[in-house]
Amino acid sequence: MHLFHVRALPARPAAAASGRRLFYRHRLPVRVMHWINVISFFLMLMSGLGIFNAHPRLYWGLDSDFDAPLLSMTARPGADGQPHGITQVGNHVFDTDGVLGASREEGAARQTERAFPSWATIPGRQYLATARNWHLFFAWVFVLNGIAYVAYTLFSGHLRRDLLPRKAELRGIAGSLRDHLLFRHPGGDAAKRYNVLQNLAYLGVIFVLLPLIVIAGLGMSPRLDALFGGWVGILGGRQSARTLHFVAAFCLLAFVAVHVFEVIVTGLWNNLRSMVTGYYRLPADEHASGHSERVP
Amino acid sequence: MISRRRFLRLAAGSALPAALASCDRLAGSDAFNGMLRQAQFLSQRAQALLTGPGAMAQEFSEDEVADEFRSNGTAMPDSRLYRQLLAGQFGAWRLQVGGLVARPAQYSLAELQAMPSRTQITRHDCVEGWSVIGKWTGVPLAQVLSRVQPLPAARYLVFHCADPMDGPDAAGSAYYESIDLAEARHPQTILAYALNDEPLPVKNGAPLRLRVERQLGYKQAKYLMRIDAVERLENIRGGKGGYWEDLGYEWYAGI
Repeated sequence: MHLFHVRALPARPAAAASGRRLFYRHRLPVRVMHWINVISFFLMLMSGLGIFNAHPRLYWGLDSDFDAPLLSMTARPGADGQPHGITQVGNHVFDTDGVLGASREEGAARQTERAFPSWATIPGRQYLATARNWHLFFAWVFVLNGIAYVAYTLFSGHLRRDLLPRKAELRGIAGSLRDHLLFRHPGGDAAKRYNVLQNLAYLGVIFVLLPLIVIAGLGMSPRLDALFGGWVGILGGRQSARTLHFVAAFCLLAFVAVHVFEVIVTGLWNNLRSMVTGYYRLPADEHASGHSERVP
Repeated sequence: MISRRRFLRLAAGSALPAALASCDRLAGSDAFNGMLRQAQFLSQRAQALLTGPGAMAQEFSEDEVADEFRSNGTAMPDSRLYRQLLAGQFGAWRLQVGGLVARPAQYSLAELQAMPSRTQITRHDCVEGWSVIGKWTGVPLAQVLSRVQPLPAARYLVFHCADPMDGPDAAGSAYYESIDLAEARHPQTILAYALNDEPLPVKNGAPLRLRVERQLGYKQAKYLMRIDAVERLENIRGGKGGYWEDLGYEWYAGI
């Protein structure tokens, strides 16, 4: 989640005598929390899909209107006698056979009726109890890691220094968007800072999506719903909370997809190294500004 | 010669399927899942701390009651004894209350209905994810406990049900559940004999079912036959405190 992370970090000796500058971009706590987050996010996502498979329908409101789900992933008998997977969103029916609604488990001759396919769920073979065991354990890892991260961003100055965009940067959103779409990535000293789209994406994830997914998840807990005489009504009711939890999970997955894409196109090994060892090799400065002082 | 970059790429390419395969192996391990399941006690403590012991489950209004209260699990116990009791309109049915209590007792349905009652409109949350709102009337479990008087050693109540889970009249497979005494004495914990102002339907647990409103659906044991006060759960059936708990579900179903 933390691509560029360097403003005002103390200088460390460059690790290689290359023409381009190596510099220390990610501090140890951020690196450790990043990888804990990666692992717990995917375990939460996959076990969450396993939980969803137990009742592959979403509703809006206090309880379940079984006749009118917002979304369902089910199967109907196919021509070949195998279940045929369909996904329904409102009144629209999509043929999602083979992936959503019905799919073949590894080594099986026939398709099984299941919302998400076995390669996407924990456990692979549908079992709600195991999915819940994993989800509710890694929820603690995920949330404690998240709390530690937010505390770190606040107290280390990471939030103010790196995450909050400056006014001038906000005015440059259109230019930054154009650069991203054209795959023009900042070089030289500009690559030491998060760009403004990164700022906004990270802030949206850290302070909107992640709190939402946690709060919506807790809103499904019958014991916690006893707090304040039914606070889950703020989210529209328990079934709305379940739907929001699901939607937020897929927004996070979309973020991860874009994030990984950007990591790859801006230099997979360089980026990976910086999130493992902390050191990042600055890309060549396209504008050849001539500044070659040791940074920062 | 294989380049370092190509080697790393191969390693990363084979790492993902390998990681997924080892996840799946771990997910098939009872010992590993059992370890993960211990997080339930952290959740239980955190939630009790946050909400306080007496927090009341949300109650709803009449017009939010669902037209049909979905039945899940057993809809008709496959038991000769139960069919006989049903045929006699539960006139011969008795709720046995025993174990670690000072005064073991048995109650007919009429006797339970003569005790002080509580009516509550609450949301039933199935572990699968769906919810349905219903109106329950029953006797607070605290009323029954004050009559039988649990001994100081008693820590849990175990609910034994009429529905065999392993086929017709399968011995030793009847549904069972358990809660701790604090949950048992909560004002919304009732033994319900009516749903939506009608006698409890068979598919919803006639003649009597447990309502523990701050926990998930599998705690709401149907077709109650016997309640035992016990000190520990380990030596009962699978040892985990309930039919579904013995199959891997969390005993603490508040989340």
